[in-house]
Amino acid sequence: MSAKPKLHYFDGRGRMEPIRWLLAAAGVEFEESYLEKKEDLTKLRTDGSLLFQQVPMVEIDGMKMVQTRAIANYISTKYNLYGKDLKERALIDMYVEGMFDLNELLMTHGYQPAEKKEEHYANMIDKTENRYFPVFEKVLKDHGKDFLVGNQLSRADVQLLEIILMAEEWKPNVLAKFPLLQSFKARISNIPTIKKFLQPGSQRKPLIREEDVPKVIKIFY
Amino acid sequence: MSGKPRLTYLNGRGRMEPIRWLLAAAGVEFEEVYLETKEQYDKLIKDGFLLFQQVPLVEIDGMKMVQTRAIMSYIAGKYNLYGKDLKERALIDMYVEGISDLMQMILMFPFSPPDAKEKNLDSIKERATNRYFPVFEKVLKQHGQDFLVGNKFSWADVQLMEAILAVEEKVPTVLSGFPQLQVFKTKMSNVPTIKKFLQPGSPRKPPPDAHYVETVLKVFKK
Repeated sequence: MSAKPKLHYFDGRGRMEPIRWLLAAAGVEFEESYLEKKEDLTKLRTDGSLLFQQVPMVEIDGMKMVQTRAIANYISTKYNLYGKDLKERALIDMYVEGMFDLNELLMTHGYQPAEKKEEHYANMIDKTENRYFPVFEKVLKDHGKDFLVGNQLSRADVQLLEIILMAEEWKPNVLAKFPLLQSFKARISNIPTIKKFLQPGSQRKPLIREEDVPKVIKIFY
Repeated sequence: MSGKPRLTYLNGRGRMEPIRWLLAAAGVEFEEVYLETKEQYDKLIKDGFLLFQQVPLVEIDGMKMVQTRAIMSYIAGKYNLYGKDLKERALIDMYVEGISDLMQMILMFPFSPPDAKEKNLDSIKERATNRYFPVFEKVLKQHGQDFLVGNKFSWADVQLMEAILAVEEKVPTVLSGFPQLQVFKTKMSNVPTIKKFLQPGSPRKPPPDAHYVETVLKVFKK
């Protein structure tokens, strides 16, 4: 009775998108149940399905997993995307935590109120171009392989591609100064499972549209 | 050349304290370097020590590790505090992440503007009492074991103990509705490595005061 993982979230990227990317990269099919109004969240809570009353929640292998990182860690280990030993895991974890920090900025930009948007954009692009991308450009240069860590695809590669694409949505030439990230992007995009995920009709979610923001906020507040 | 782990941070709790707890609980001695000036911090960055220009930094096993969670996962993995298999790790990760969200509120509290302090304190009390502590009370009640996961001391127990004490500093009666957590607190206090860490003179840092807040703002000023 090995059911597909089932994702509970709203129909948008938010904090669930990195998990969709990981499952897709691992070639794992999954189902989704979308929260559309506050009552949907309330029901999950009163059913006792949410350990800390929050989504993301992923039903997988008999567990109702919550907390983005816990879910991502589990999927990564199960599908061999977490390096070959403790030292590789340490590198992957460091890189991925930096990516989570950048993802937080990129992901929340669409939800910023009008008066904060400009400042948020400036900070977001500054961090992308001066704090995070230089690190990964250098890692690729020093490591000299196709992947960020070791010699095989890991969650670090998947997550880096995800944030590169998100950053490009806000600043199309953001990779201009990063030639190795450009070739990384092309290479990882061609991995069959990822290529499939990047095609129309996949479960990858689009950028939140301004007109949809109030509806999402109403689910949670 | 197996040196002790070396921690670089301010002389206070902040984001380094959970790491101090975990190393201490594992019985690992460590050294500390304290940032007191912006110049020290800028030098660390210039010398390329900080992968993302941020502390905490922990030099351990030939690595300059940054990012609190990465550091904690490594320590937990190395010192056998991360469960016996993937399923136990999943539970530990979920619990630790939830506790971390609560601790984030406590971490940020000293930096609240004066007119938000009361509201933020109420939020900490509300979340601890209604969202987080009930979960762990229930876990302990349901399996009746001493430790949160797998009948064995783990990262989750250390982090819960830290959180209980941190919340009690702000809300002394917070455990009044949680008999299992009261027992848990006593049991954890008696784990020899933790007992040692709770004694005066240990590397445990005191609650943040005005001087600590001032130092943070000074060192990390843009």
